[in-house]
This record gives sequence, structure tokens and C-alpha cells, in this order.
Amino acid sequence: MSAVRNYFTVIWKGIWTTLVGMRITFRHLFVPAVTLQYPDERMPLPERARNRLYVNMDDCIGCNQCAMACPVDCITIETVKSLPTEDLGVTSTGQKKRLWVTKFDIDIGKCCYCGLCVPPCPTECIYMTDVYEFSEYDRKDLIYHFSVLTPEEAEEKKRQVGSAEKGTASKKVATANQPQPAVSGTESKVAASSEKGPVTEQTGGANK
Amino acid sequence: MAELRTEEMVLNMGPQHPSTHGVLRVELVVDGEVVVDAVPHIGYLHRCFEKHAEAMTYQQVVPYCDRMDYLSSMSNDFGYVLAVEKLLKIEVPERVQYIRVIMAELQRIASHLVAVGTYGLDIGAFTPFLYCFRDREKILDLFEMTCGARLLYNYMWPGGLSHDIPPQFVEKTKQFIKEFRPTIVELNNLLTYNEIFVKRTANIGVLPADVAINYGASGPTLRGSGVNWDLRRNDPYSIYDRFDFDVVVGKGEMGTVGDCWDRHIVRMREMEQSLRIIEQAIDNIPDGDVKAAIPKRVRPPVGEVYFRTETPRGELGYYIVSDGSGNPYRVKARAPSFVNLSLLPEISRGYLIADMIAIIGSIDIVLGDVDR
Amino acid sequence: MDNFIISRFGNGVLSAVLSSLLPLIWIFPYALFAIWLELKVAAHMQDRLGPMRTGRWHGWLQPVADVVKLLQKEDVIATATDKILFLVAPVIVFSASYAVYAAIPFSPAYIGTDINVGIFYIIAIGALVSLGILMAGWASNNKWSLLGAMRTAAQLVSYEIPSSLAVLSVVMVVGSLSLQDICKAQEGWFWNWIVFSKFPFMVLAFFIYFVASLAETNRVPFDIPEGESELVAGYHTEYSGMRFAVFFLAEYSNMFVVSAITAVLFFGGWNSPFGNFMSGPVWGVFWLLGKGMFFVFVQMWLRWTLPRFRVDQLMYLSWKVLTPFALANIAVIGLWVILRG
Repeated sequence: MSAVRNYFTVIWKGIWTTLVGMRITFRHLFVPAVTLQYPDERMPLPERARNRLYVNMDDCIGCNQCAMACPVDCITIETVKSLPTEDLGVTSTGQKKRLWVTKFDIDIGKCCYCGLCVPPCPTECIYMTDVYEFSEYDRKDLIYHFSVLTPEEAEEKKRQVGSAEKGTASKKVATANQPQPAVSGTESKVAASSEKGPVTEQTGGANK
Repeated sequence: MAELRTEEMVLNMGPQHPSTHGVLRVELVVDGEVVVDAVPHIGYLHRCFEKHAEAMTYQQVVPYCDRMDYLSSMSNDFGYVLAVEKLLKIEVPERVQYIRVIMAELQRIASHLVAVGTYGLDIGAFTPFLYCFRDREKILDLFEMTCGARLLYNYMWPGGLSHDIPPQFVEKTKQFIKEFRPTIVELNNLLTYNEIFVKRTANIGVLPADVAINYGASGPTLRGSGVNWDLRRNDPYSIYDRFDFDVVVGKGEMGTVGDCWDRHIVRMREMEQSLRIIEQAIDNIPDGDVKAAIPKRVRPPVGEVYFRTETPRGELGYYIVSDGSGNPYRVKARAPSFVNLSLLPEISRGYLIADMIAIIGSIDIVLGDVDR
Repeated sequence: MDNFIISRFGNGVLSAVLSSLLPLIWIFPYALFAIWLELKVAAHMQDRLGPMRTGRWHGWLQPVADVVKLLQKEDVIATATDKILFLVAPVIVFSASYAVYAAIPFSPAYIGTDINVGIFYIIAIGALVSLGILMAGWASNNKWSLLGAMRTAAQLVSYEIPSSLAVLSVVMVVGSLSLQDICKAQEGWFWNWIVFSKFPFMVLAFFIYFVASLAETNRVPFDIPEGESELVAGYHTEYSGMRFAVFFLAEYSNMFVVSAITAVLFFGGWNSPFGNFMSGPVWGVFWLLGKGMFFVFVQMWLRWTLPRFRVDQLMYLSWKVLTPFALANIAVIGLWVILRG
């Protein structure tokens, strides 16, 4: 007997649940659509939206923290020490800039938009904007060059520092052959910095 | 009379199939219509998470953790940062704990919405999918307002969070809860209790409780078979022991215990329970600084830790070995979908080919989690 | 109308050709409209917008764009197929569905041919569709197409039975197989419609007929061949471009045929629901097409609500549910007619 009852119950349930479902979909015919017609209507992004990176080079001091923090090594930074005579200015947070940033490349195609590069920056010059429409036709156009120095200027800076180092080095040799008063303080400083070499290439290395 | 030759045929549900939830190849050995064996072939999405983790600092591993089970990345991060904090032996502020639980539960709802929606799509009901995704968008908006990303958050950091919740988060979450409760009812009416859906999923892919435990299944797959095991209750982590929620267990309402319908209803009801947890937590978030306990350099002492959490797919465990340096020596992730997928041959024996789709969909695997 | 054509052109080949091409005037615009309607109904039931861009206003040119796309596709015919059957199959499927239009009463003054076995002819010709589908599946030389085609043919053939039995109950009440007679018997206000007579058994007959006709047209929840079909796309896997379009045209045309027949048999056909208000030969066309479109809309509505049946469940439904109920229905209605007239 229960097989017969089961048979009729299933039929009844089938009809009833179908009608319930139909009522739900019919009601939804009159619910306004939730679609935004892109590109005519765009969704407003919240202020914390994590999209394309931007670097404000006025504030960059070339500390390499962002490159070190990146998990996919998409930031490449090269800096050149500035001569004592040059004045690079001050960042908006009050720090004096001492390094020429000759190369600041971000491969936005490699970037995983994790935002790990933003907190370590001491001057808050790198941050994520809300720009998400930046497709390019060529992959190398996705490598953004933020450095404000042209390649020629970069070469010029490197040569300047190179010759300045050579000049101080020869002066050091010359003065080293003569007995001299205790001016070891400045000399050792010059000697120490010349050992590092004029150009420091710092890439985003993860093994720190 | 001559003997009829019946040979078994090998079919391939290839890596590209609309219903395998990712790049999964299932090799079916069928005898006519009946499935004799179903062998999953995985590895199409292997991205060497564990090897990458050895080269990153502890902080940098978090974005990689996100990408394992990409549909519930908050939960992945949660397990990892809890493991690292256990290694470092640091206590995070209360505010961080509360926000983490809220985010994890919101993520659970979002992930179950995807599971339910795509399951309906596999069975042939096109509309619940859209309703589920419409509500999931609201959750993703909440996440975007907090940390800026919609899918892969990098939100939970060892020692705290990347951003504090914005001022409108609490109110928007409450509004979401209010709007979402009727949606669950609607989804149940439209999909779960629909007789055709019941006929397609009840008594299909029955997973007995002892088989589930032997295979190491976890999450809704295990609870659908009637086993009352939820890590948030049985091995509580973070502040889950403070909240009052029920562990949903399948009871065989529409068929046998442990069939596909049970796993589905466990997911639907877990969404309601997550709403309960969020309601309890959202009003009581204490004040504090979410970045107070974040160490400058994460350099745990030499040691190892295994920490497990309950993600929407099951038990996600992290086994971290530290050698004292800034990079972990080994990070192993015990992925729930990997273990749950191993059940597939066991539960699909004897059913029709047409049921394979229902069975695979009910285990709710994400290939990012299976292959890591 | 038919007489009008004959009077203009004289009885002969030309008038025969012309009056047989007349339903095409309806079918092509209807198919385009139905495709658009399906997309829009689906979208609004799912809280989205559907096509909005092709043709400025709500994408009304979308079906035209689809047709153009299909027209310019490469016509791929695999070498190992049975060429003749492959080419003929879509033609048969569409012709069978088209031939039914000959017997549908569009208005009191126009019916393609007022044969006195109208509904019988319709059921018979409609069954040719399954022949076309089997040909398509066989000719594709593809294991899965053949399986899909066999399943579809089994589905179509099984659902013929409850559908014919439901029709039989209407025929018993009216006493004639001719569709014009059936429409004339429902003259007057809407309570004269057959679905409201012999309550509630005609409602049951209507349900049985509607569900069976859903299966005839391969719509959800009976769309195994079009749905996942477990692994491939069923009998029309190997068809591309315009041939595929012919299958689809046949499906939409079938949808309308079935809806129109439902309207004629149960809901008054070309009669106005308000008695003499808005009735007449021209209004009749409007009412029939309107009621047909309403049932087309109901078919779309069901598509976006229900999940799919599995093949064996589909067979169960036909043989073990619909057929017994239809037989019981006939018994009861037969008794009613005999005893009460």
C-alpha cells in the first residue's frame, strides 16, 4: 500500500514544487535587473580598491623596500648615489633624497595585486589606484617605467658618480703617500663608500 | 545459444568539461550505462605552491595561500596565519579575532553559494545560479570595501590584518544578513525541494559514514553522511568556542543518509548557521588596533606546527617547518578537496553515467585546492 | 483566405504553392521574435538584462545577428557521414513540423485545409520529426550522436501516447476530429472553453497534453539531447551553420505548433474569451496567435524554472504516470459523455 501512496505523493509533490518554482521565477520578472551596463555605467570602486599600481616619483627615496616585499618580483629598481653637491630635494614626508632612481620598472603583467609593496614604503609613494582598464596590445607595454630620468640622464649620473669616485680615489692615493694629520674620518667615509661602487643595482630579491 | 560479449568501455570525461568544476579528467569505465570505475586524473592546475613557499618570507606566502582554493581565499589565509602565529607564539588582539571570524564566515557563505549555484547548473536548473551569484556579489562588495580585492584578498597577515574594517562595514553587513535570509528560503523553494532535483540527487552517490571516515573526508562531504564532525566545534580555533551555532548533519531526509541531496542540504543549512555566527559577532567587535601584533620580521624559532581549520570544503591543514630563518623550510597544505576527490571511485560505482555529474558536483571540489 | 487565393489564381499549382507558403509569413518573424523573447524572459527571470546592444532598443536585432552568424559559418560535413541522410535529416525535421501548419485553424475563415481528420493528421505528421532526428543521429557517424538520437527518438515516441490520449478525450467531448469543429464547439464566453467543461477532467487532460508536448519539443525539463547529454551535444553535434539553424527553427516552430494546438483544443482556439466582443475572422487570427504565444511563454517560463530529468526518469514519467492517468481520464470522460451527453 505504501508503494501506491508513494506513487501519488511523488506526483503531487512534483506538481506542487513546480508551481512553487514557477511563482518564484515569475516574481523575479518584475524585480529590476542588477546588471550594470558596462562601459556606459561603471561600478564605483571603494577607496581601498586594489588595482593598478602607481608610484609618485617625487617621494621615492630608492630604499628598495617595495621590491623586496613583492612575492612575484615584479619591481626592479636601480639607484645611483648622488654627489654631495647635488640637491635632490625633500620628499613630502620631510626626508632628504640621496639617491637618483635610474630605473624603477614595475611589470604590471606579473603583479599579483596583493598590495604587499604598499605598507613598507617609508614615504607612501607607491600605492594602488582604482584603475582597472589598462589592457595593452603588446606585452612589453605592460612594463611600466616610472623613473623620471631618461636613459641618457641615467648614464650621465652614473658617469658622474664614477668619475667622482675615481677622483676621490686618486686623491686618496696621493694623500696616502704623505703623512697626514688625522683626517681619517672623512677619508675612511669616502673610501668606504667607494668600495660599494658607483652604481648599486637592487632588484626585488625574495631571499632576504 | 552463443554467449553475449559484454565488454567494458572506457570513457573520458576530459579536462574540458562544463561540469567538472575545473580541469579534472575522470576516466570512466562503464558497462553499458552503469559505471564500474571512475578514476580521477588530476594535476592540470598544479602551480607548486609548496615549493614557492620555501622561497618566500612568511608574509609573502599569504598571496600564494589565497590562490589554492580560490573560491574561499579568506579561509585559506586564516589557517595559514593561525599556524604561523602558533609558531611565533603571539597573541592577536580581540578585535582581530572577531573580524577574522566574521570574514571567514562571510567567505563560507560566498563559497557555498558558488557550490549550490553551480550544482543547480549541472543538474539543469539555470536560474538558481544567477540568484546565488547576485547575492555573492554583495559579499564581495563587503570584502572589496574592506581590503580592496574581490577574490584573492591577502587580508589576514601573520599577527593581524592588512586593513581595519571601514566604518560602514558593520551596517552593510547587517543589511546583507537581513536581505540574505529570505534568499536562502527562496533558493530552497526553487532548487532544493524541487521534486525533479530531489529525484536527481536523492539516493545517488551514497557515502556511508564509515567509508567517509576511512577515506579522510571532511567538511560537508563528511557531515552529509551523518558524521557530526566540525573542526569549529570539535577542535575549536580562534574564538569559535564563544559562538552558538549548530553543526549541520545530513539525516537522509529525502533518501539515504549520505546521498548527494544530503550534502547539498548541509551546505544550504550551513549558510544559515554562518549567518548566525556573523550576527553574534558583528555587534560585539571590540576596539583595538589590527596591526598592533604584526611583527616587523617574522622569524619563528626552529620548530614545526600543524594547524587545521574548517574551510567551506573541509579540513585544511598547514604543516609548517621552520628552521629559524625568515623563510619557512617547508609548508605543506593538506587540501580538503584533494582528499574528498579520492572518494569519487568509491561512491560512483554502480550508478549511471548521467549521475556522475550529480556526484562530482556534490563533493564540491575546487581544482586549485586539489592540485595546489 | 484559402478560397480567396483560389479565386484569384484559379484552382491549380500556383494557388496550392501560394497557400502552402503562407504559414512561412508567420514562422520566420515568429522565430526571430521567439528567440529574442527567450533571451529576454530568461534574463529578467534571472534579474539581469539580456541583449541590450544589438539594435538600440533592448537588443531586438540579436536574433538577426545570430542568423547572420550562422549563415556565414563554414558548412562542415565530416567525410565518413552518410551524405544523403545527413543532408536530408534537417529538411525532414523542419518539413514535418511545418506540415502541421496546414491543419491549424488560424481563424474561422482561414485554415490551410479543413480536413475532417484534422487532429489525427497533426499527430501523425508530427511523429515524422522523430524520423528526422534518427536520421540525423545515424548519419553523423558519431557514437554519441547516435545514442543521443536514439534517446530523443525514444522520448518522442513515448510521449506521443499520453498526448494522443489526451487529445482523444477532447475529441470524445466534441465528437469530431476536425479542428474547425473543435473551435466552433467552444464559441461564446470563456467558460465555454473545453478546459472548463467536464471539470476537473479536462484540466487533467490539458496538463497531460501540455507536459507531453513539452517532451515532444525537447524543452526543459525534457531536454536531455540539448543539455549536457552526459558528454556531448546529442543528435545535432555534427551540424554547423545553417543546417543547425534549420534544426533550431524546427524546434521553435514546433513550440508554436504545440502551443497553438493546446489553445485550439482546450482554450477556445480563435474564439474570443468575451463572447461576441472582439470576435470575427480577423480577430480570430489575433486570438489564436495570442493564445499560442502565451503558451510559448509558459514553455519558456518552465525552462528557466526546472532542472532536467534523467533519461530513465523521463521514461518513467511517460509510461507510468502520464499514460495511466490519460487512460483513466478517457474512461471517465467517455462514461460522462455517454451518460450525460
